[in-house]
Amino acid sequence: MEALISILIGILTAGGVYLCLRSHTFPVVLGLTLLSYAVNLFLFMMGRLVIGKPPIITEQASNYADPLPQALVLTAIVISFAMTAYIIVLALKARTEMGNDHVDGKEIR
Amino acid sequence: MSHLAIIPLLLPLFTGIFLLLLREQRIYIKRTLSGISSLIQIAFAAYLLCTVSNGNILVYSLSNWPAPFGIVLMADRLAALLILTTSLLSVFALIYAMRGTDREGRQFHILFQLQLFGLNGAFLTADLFNLFVFFEVLLLASYSLMLHGGGRKRIRSGLHFVVINVVGSSLFLFAAGILYGVLGTLNMADLAVKVAHITPDNISLVKTAALLLFTVFALKAALLPLYLWLPSAYSQTSAPAAALFTIMTKVGIYSILRVYTLIFGNEAGPLANLLDDWLLPMALLTIIIGSFGLLGSKRLRQQVAYLVVISAGTLLTSFSLNSEAGIAAGLYYLPHTTFAAAALFLLADLIVKRRDQMEDKLEEGFVITRQRLLGMTFFVLAILVSSLPPLSGFIGKFMVLRAALEHPALPYIMTIILASGLLTIIAMARTGSLFFYEAHAVDKSTNTYVKQGPPEPLRVRELLPIFSLLGLCLLITAWSGPISQYGQDTAKQLLDTPTYIHAVLGKGVQ
Repeated sequence: MEALISILIGILTAGGVYLCLRSHTFPVVLGLTLLSYAVNLFLFMMGRLVIGKPPIITEQASNYADPLPQALVLTAIVISFAMTAYIIVLALKARTEMGNDHVDGKEIR
Repeated sequence: MSHLAIIPLLLPLFTGIFLLLLREQRIYIKRTLSGISSLIQIAFAAYLLCTVSNGNILVYSLSNWPAPFGIVLMADRLAALLILTTSLLSVFALIYAMRGTDREGRQFHILFQLQLFGLNGAFLTADLFNLFVFFEVLLLASYSLMLHGGGRKRIRSGLHFVVINVVGSSLFLFAAGILYGVLGTLNMADLAVKVAHITPDNISLVKTAALLLFTVFALKAALLPLYLWLPSAYSQTSAPAAALFTIMTKVGIYSILRVYTLIFGNEAGPLANLLDDWLLPMALLTIIIGSFGLLGSKRLRQQVAYLVVISAGTLLTSFSLNSEAGIAAGLYYLPHTTFAAAALFLLADLIVKRRDQMEDKLEEGFVITRQRLLGMTFFVLAILVSSLPPLSGFIGKFMVLRAALEHPALPYIMTIILASGLLTIIAMARTGSLFFYEAHAVDKSTNTYVKQGPPEPLRVRELLPIFSLLGLCLLITAWSGPISQYGQDTAKQLLDTPTYIHAVLGKGVQ
């Protein structure tokens, strides 16, 4: 399980980094989204993978799922969602202002 | 529990939210409210500084959750100094914006107040994840402020600015995730305790997280090689936004200073003084690259942006000496360089207005209106930024160099800082003579006879902020004794981590 999710995060990050380095705004936006997926999963993982345990300490439960990363990841999701929305609008604005979707505003032939 | 520590956060936040309720047409009410709120913020920042100047550390637990479990705000000498600098800078940037910048787009004043909310929050928080949240708040406000008014070039450099900062934010989260996964806490004081007793098999993981964090802070501070976004972003945005943004690189510098003295400082066991090998060379290289950029700039605003890069390099050089004198010197230099660069950004805007299509290109142009007054102001500001005596820049750089006397890398530090000073003088002299001495009566582009540039009346609103920022620099010069004493006390407090940890965590035990 741990190995599977680690590999998943690795692939997402690699894809995100690759897409971020592309020269058009659409792949860059996708890349940033993938990066934020990767980082959200990573943050979630940091509470360790625990299955079927309550997120609070009770007297009966012997083990518990760490609730803090869940709160952190919720914050991170909201923020990255807002950032993605902003950057999409910005990319559209850049597309209309500059007439093409190159990140430097250059026309490539 | 005193509520003083949270007021610098609540005031801009509530002002911003309240302004949102007003209609866009009511610009005069918005201006008044925003201005009054900023003035009150100065008063509270000054009061906060007086309260903590005797060495008190104000700790404010949000929702009264005890320290390692809940988020705490913390105000010490360093935080108070930076908040006062921010609020002083903001009010003058705001007055300048009332000249008309705030009408170029929507919601300027709201974004401005939210930016202050993010800045003050980043300076006050004592929790690493909360620092991330405040970084995002100030960044999101800064994205919109930067693009305020629109325009092709502004949007292009804005896109770069946003993308690189979003990537930086994901790195921040990776670093915070690793630290939480290994150490089980995100409270900075608690992190400092846990890092000191780290088990050997976790050292490399925590080191990775620490250096990832450094990358993020270096990106915000515009340290080499992560400074590339700054010159285009700062030179393309509107003047009040650029003036306010001069404090944004200082957020990165503040975070480096805070995290690497508290968590990875002298008492961090196997990870003590983690940055020693990295910070000084990178800071010096930043100064070199910044100086070359300054000489190679084609526009005045680009030059000022490179001056911001150089000042970040100088500040981090002085902090990387890892001595009390070094930190104290940097803290004296910090407000000076912020105010001087902001004033230059505002002055550059006045010059742009008067040179018509020439804007601030470093080419011979026609005689601008009110050239004597503007020229004199430029002259004094040039003295300030190139650290010539007798003003505060000279005193600041002198203190930095004196602090470096004991350091083994003294020859490099001395050579690079002095050489960059010389290059700054050359660049400023060239700019000044191009704009004010070699101005011709003939407009070369159309070959027509032009005696003066377009008549543009000089308003009090435009001059007041510039002269006030200049006046602040003169005050820093005049009060260099008390201010450098305050810097020394701050440095002593920063290096005394046990007191800090006790102040934050001791209260949580009660």
